[in-house]
Amino acid sequence: MNQAVYAVVGIPFLAAIVLALIPSYRITAIGNVLASGLTFAAGLSFLAIPPVVQNYVILDDLNIFFIILNTLVGFTTSVFSGGYIEHEIETGHLTPQSVRFYHAMFQAMMGGMNLALLANNIGLMWVGLEFATLMTVIMVGIYRTTRALEAAWKYFILGIVGISLAFFGTIIFYLAGQAVLGEGAAAMTWSRLIEVAPQLDAPLISLAFIFLLVGYGTKVGLVPMHAWLPDAHAEGPTPISAVLSGLLLNVALFALLRFKMLLAAHPGALKPGPIMIIIGLVSLIFAALMLYQRRDIKRLFAYSSIEHMGLITFAFGMGGPIANFAGLLHMVMHSLTKSAIFFAVGHAAQAKGTQRLADIRGLSVSHPALAFGLAASVIAISGLPPFGAFMSEFLIITNTFAREPLLALAVVFGLLVAFGALLLRLQNVLFGAPTEPTHSVNASSAPLIVHLSLVLVAGIYLPAAMVAWFQRAAEMLG
Amino acid sequence: MTNAYSVAHFLAGVMLVCSFTLLYQDRIFAVLNTFAAQAMMLSLAVAWQGYVQNSPDLFITAAIAFGLKGIVIPFVLNRMIVRLGIHRDVDQVVNVGVAMFLGLGLTCLALLLVLRVTPGAASFTREGLALALAIILLGFLQMITRRNAVTQIVGFMSIENGLILAATGARGMPLVVEVSVAFSVLIALFVFAVFVFRIRESFDSVDIESLERVRGMQQ
Repeated sequence: MNQAVYAVVGIPFLAAIVLALIPSYRITAIGNVLASGLTFAAGLSFLAIPPVVQNYVILDDLNIFFIILNTLVGFTTSVFSGGYIEHEIETGHLTPQSVRFYHAMFQAMMGGMNLALLANNIGLMWVGLEFATLMTVIMVGIYRTTRALEAAWKYFILGIVGISLAFFGTIIFYLAGQAVLGEGAAAMTWSRLIEVAPQLDAPLISLAFIFLLVGYGTKVGLVPMHAWLPDAHAEGPTPISAVLSGLLLNVALFALLRFKMLLAAHPGALKPGPIMIIIGLVSLIFAALMLYQRRDIKRLFAYSSIEHMGLITFAFGMGGPIANFAGLLHMVMHSLTKSAIFFAVGHAAQAKGTQRLADIRGLSVSHPALAFGLAASVIAISGLPPFGAFMSEFLIITNTFAREPLLALAVVFGLLVAFGALLLRLQNVLFGAPTEPTHSVNASSAPLIVHLSLVLVAGIYLPAAMVAWFQRAAEMLG
Repeated sequence: MTNAYSVAHFLAGVMLVCSFTLLYQDRIFAVLNTFAAQAMMLSLAVAWQGYVQNSPDLFITAAIAFGLKGIVIPFVLNRMIVRLGIHRDVDQVVNVGVAMFLGLGLTCLALLLVLRVTPGAASFTREGLALALAIILLGFLQMITRRNAVTQIVGFMSIENGLILAATGARGMPLVVEVSVAFSVLIALFVFAVFVFRIRESFDSVDIESLERVRGMQQ
């Protein structure tokens, strides 16, 4: 029964191999949806199985919902992706040759991310995350325009820096574990490390954490290692922007959280809290200010992702049951909402044939349903009720006010600045005289509706089982 | 056992010297040759670790480093450069003196940092780790100070060399990781190769600066 956990990794990788062999993009698009749906079903089945701790895989309170979220967003994005790619081929932006391996790579990327989430071995976690990153690098460059290539190049170079630093941090962590657990795989096994965490060498794991923070922090898109993120989001295909923002950033932060837990279990080690608070606040405020100067709609929401990852990092830096709870909740809400935004933005950009904010106007006249979806998701991401992000942001702010009022002021400032920028842009996009030309887009809006309803339901009523899970996971984080 | 220390340190030291050489080489073929030399030193260092630690699986890593990074990759890059006709001198962002001083500073930083926080670890490991970190940091420096796509690839691979040196110096680190590093190099080469050809397609040059010319349009 416990072997079921391998399904979320096995299905995507098998599907990737099969899809790579099929030349037709229409068939691979369907195969992509099927495989993602199966993976999602496998992810959901985890709710029914008891926690698993094996040498290479672990299924505990912390990662189970991340896996379900990951497979869910992977599934909805694969649905969105099919229509999106077909439209891009019809309009001549992509050729069937250039998307030959697109769906196979999509599955490989999902498999890599699921592997990173499921891994009990810190080396394996690294492999999964880096594999997923390399797949997205190739997909970001898929348009083969000069700007897409520049974005992919920048992403790759900064990604390499992150990869190397994170790997070096992993090696140092192994050295610390080896002194206690002996040579071999045990010293890289997370569940063993957490058992002996208080005996690990404090300076060594502190040093390792710094490397891991910068390394994985590059992937999370924390300022000042964020430079790849807006370019990669803006120049890559929109489904990839959705999974980058919705999933890859989350998975990287998840990896960081695993190490934070190890450090938190050691009284003498570096306190990760203050570093994460500072880096989170800087990301939040910097990204909020940058929102005002954006002229590209996808770049705008990419900066919004940096802002929210900053807020989440800040929440985990504050620590404690409530802030951790809010951080986890916000990760889920941001992931669902931001991918919904990219679905809407993808449709809007295809409808208007451009990503320039100035050329996307009057959406409420030309595409009322799409305008409604976009408005709802932007309101959701701004942290307004009744959506789920309101609850998590509210918790973060009130908890911070109770503990560090000055820091709370900085958070509120950042959030308000970002709110203003998003509202300003949203108004321009929705109202006014519609810009020409207008294309009809008959892509499926089901993914958008599913995400928005989930976020709405979570904002109004969070089931007791989920609250209990969040509380257990928040407790684990310390 | 002291012999084992000095041989390991000698090999790691030669790798570090190669890293410094990479910093100031301004001819593209010389850069490739230096990189090949560094990779061969790495394979010797890894093989030596395999012998000292009595773990034969490290010989596989050594063989991969020797064959792939010491021979195949430099050869392929060489061919590519000849075919693309880009075998001119490499532009540097900063002059050689500044680059060398920065390199020295990074090396000192690596040594001080690692030696200070690892008093408990075996000196074998900690000094190897310090040298490996120095090689990694010099690789970053090379990626920053070079404007040319090929030299950036070489900078990246010399970072990988440092990582493999660090990984093999840590006794008993599972093979899965070493294989993964080799694997990531392969993927990286693939990605890079694709990019170099695509950049060539669009710019008639592999100079990164031509990429940055289009930046005015963005935001």
